[in-house]
Amino acid sequence: MQLLETVSALSGSGAMVWLLIAIPLVCSAILMLSGKVADGWGHFLATAAPIASFVIGLILFMQLLGSAADARSINVDLYEWIGTGNWSIGLGLLVDPLSILFVLLITGVGSLIHIYSIGYMAHDERRRRFFAYLNLFIGAMLTLVLANNYLVLFLGWEGVGLASFLLISFWAHKPSAAAAGNKAFIVNRVGDLGLSLAIFSMLAMFGSVRFEDVNAGAAELSPLWATLIGFFLLLAACGKSAQVPLQSWLLDAMEGPTPVSALIHAATMVTAGVYLVVRSNAIYAQTEIATTAVAIVGTVTLLAGAWIGTSKDDIKKVLAGSTMSQIGYMMLAAGLGPIGASFAIFHLITHGAFKANMFLGAGSVMHGMNDDVNMRHFGALAKPMKITFFTFAMGYLAIIGFPFTSGFYSKDHIIEAAFQHNTIIGVLALIGAGVTAYYMTRLMMMTFFGKKRWADDVHPHESPLVMTVPLILLAIASIVAGLFMNGWIQDWLASSTGQEPHNTPLIHFTTIGLITLAVVAVGVLVGWFLHRGDIPRDEPVTKNPLVHAGRNDLYGDAFNEHAIIRPAKGFAGALTSFDRGAVDGVAMGSAAVASGLGAWLRKGQNGLVRSYGLTLSAGIVVLAVVVILGQLG
Amino acid sequence: MNPEGYLVLSAILFAIGIAGFLLRRNAIIAFMSIELMLNATNLAFVGFANYHGNLDGLIAAFFVMVVAAAEVVVGLAIIVAVYRARRSASVDDANLMKF
Repeated sequence: MQLLETVSALSGSGAMVWLLIAIPLVCSAILMLSGKVADGWGHFLATAAPIASFVIGLILFMQLLGSAADARSINVDLYEWIGTGNWSIGLGLLVDPLSILFVLLITGVGSLIHIYSIGYMAHDERRRRFFAYLNLFIGAMLTLVLANNYLVLFLGWEGVGLASFLLISFWAHKPSAAAAGNKAFIVNRVGDLGLSLAIFSMLAMFGSVRFEDVNAGAAELSPLWATLIGFFLLLAACGKSAQVPLQSWLLDAMEGPTPVSALIHAATMVTAGVYLVVRSNAIYAQTEIATTAVAIVGTVTLLAGAWIGTSKDDIKKVLAGSTMSQIGYMMLAAGLGPIGASFAIFHLITHGAFKANMFLGAGSVMHGMNDDVNMRHFGALAKPMKITFFTFAMGYLAIIGFPFTSGFYSKDHIIEAAFQHNTIIGVLALIGAGVTAYYMTRLMMMTFFGKKRWADDVHPHESPLVMTVPLILLAIASIVAGLFMNGWIQDWLASSTGQEPHNTPLIHFTTIGLITLAVVAVGVLVGWFLHRGDIPRDEPVTKNPLVHAGRNDLYGDAFNEHAIIRPAKGFAGALTSFDRGAVDGVAMGSAAVASGLGAWLRKGQNGLVRSYGLTLSAGIVVLAVVVILGQLG
Repeated sequence: MNPEGYLVLSAILFAIGIAGFLLRRNAIIAFMSIELMLNATNLAFVGFANYHGNLDGLIAAFFVMVVAAAEVVVGLAIIVAVYRARRSASVDDANLMKF
């Protein structure tokens, strides 16, 4: 019977759902197992995988579009994974309006980045392995967003963590890359602890980890447990999405190849935390405290990331700080309750497009500049790299929220919703928008304008078509995604976020919108004014504590060192000495007693038969005496 | 009939056997001392059998004789082998079995 169900689940529309995940995973396995045979064609196979998944995703998307609003979900239970006692945890997939958007984002941006990587990694001798890891990532990320329960989601969650680790430390011959991979992995473990605790709590509270059971049961949850689960999930989201206080790994993660930074550490994986929070909106609806915590974490991170972005000279680290900051916006939106959830997803998708665009643009710049990442060595690149410059400029306009670009719609909605929720948070989000405009203008000025500052042996050149075509497509998406999705996404996500859509017309300037534009304009002007002149090739010495903090990642590493690593080391040291002293003392002491006794006893074994005879006789005498005394008594 | 005399004689013979076994170094003598002890116990068995008027002690005595005979076969063989190997029948010389 179960076989029949499985077979029926594997055919029809269900078949396509599991194929979405299976195709990249199988391709990844083929590439990893086939060895050098696949060196010549492996990258084409790997690139075909996300494209195939994208096509399937599109078909499913069309199918959902065609269904009635309340029938837009395909649930595929593949088989029972863990059945024990009262628990039955299935391996099941769920395609609904929320997950299909992610599928399209992951496979769409993923396909473009695969194509780009063909050019970018052309000269790397381990290119086949790189593509195997990329496919592994796509498969794991799709598992994450398509799961219909938290445990399968956790499977994907760990899978993307593994792929991220493998890809950050892809150039592991560099100690810094190896260390960065470890750092990302270890910091993510903290977040995974949160997700594990959340899953344990759900099993204890609901006896199930399926989204629908959790959503249905959330209303009867006691406030304490709702808050606890909310915080556990927030911890998980902080780890994966590099939110304060688990933000420190993302900047170092830029050690990986640039397509990895674009795909994993900008567009998709780091937004998994936002997905988790939005997916768990039923739980957050029960707990004001945890929801507020999400908003606060988001606000703090959006400012921290922007601050870091203003001070770095490494173009990828500026973009990484900016990613942190933009994910902070999404978290903030997710923490505003149902009203913000669809805005969070909206911003997530537009950000996925324009940030991937800019990261790939940065990769294209590096490609032409002998892999230099220091913006102080760039300057005046607009002319030799026209396509890169124009596509990057589109991403720039989108991120600062230039009117009618995608960022304009998605970010302004968040700022407005924040103002409706709480004025302080709104003002902070507004400041963040201004700082964003400043640091992105700084990046543009230092990279593409001004005087050339590159060394004589560097010959900037435009990248090959295989790299620029994805850039062009992403640039188009950066501009128009907002126009297309603005009026539509709230209706689309209404069933997933539990929010009544409210009207957000395309051309509509509210007071807050106008203020935002003014703040952004100020940011752009300041950025232009400060960087219009000559820029020294070396980092200028400064006494400004704000700049120092920014250059040192707001002392995140120092904080971790003093607040966590040293106490943990001290605790471990104390445990070690307890182990050496007390535990080993007992074990070794009893061993010493036994061996001492043995050493003494073996003196009796002297090989002299007569002494044995004497012992024997003495023993008999003793026995006889005992027996006789016993008889007498 | 009073078994006291038999028991006293048996005890004296047994004591001589122990003393011989503990004091003499020659393996043959030690072996003879062991035989003496066995026969001392045989004497006690037989004495008691006579006193009680039944066959239990006699049967035990026969068992002891059989064991003693078997022991002599093995023991003498070992002594001869040791003597051939070491040119000595002293029990103190054969002290290799020690820690």
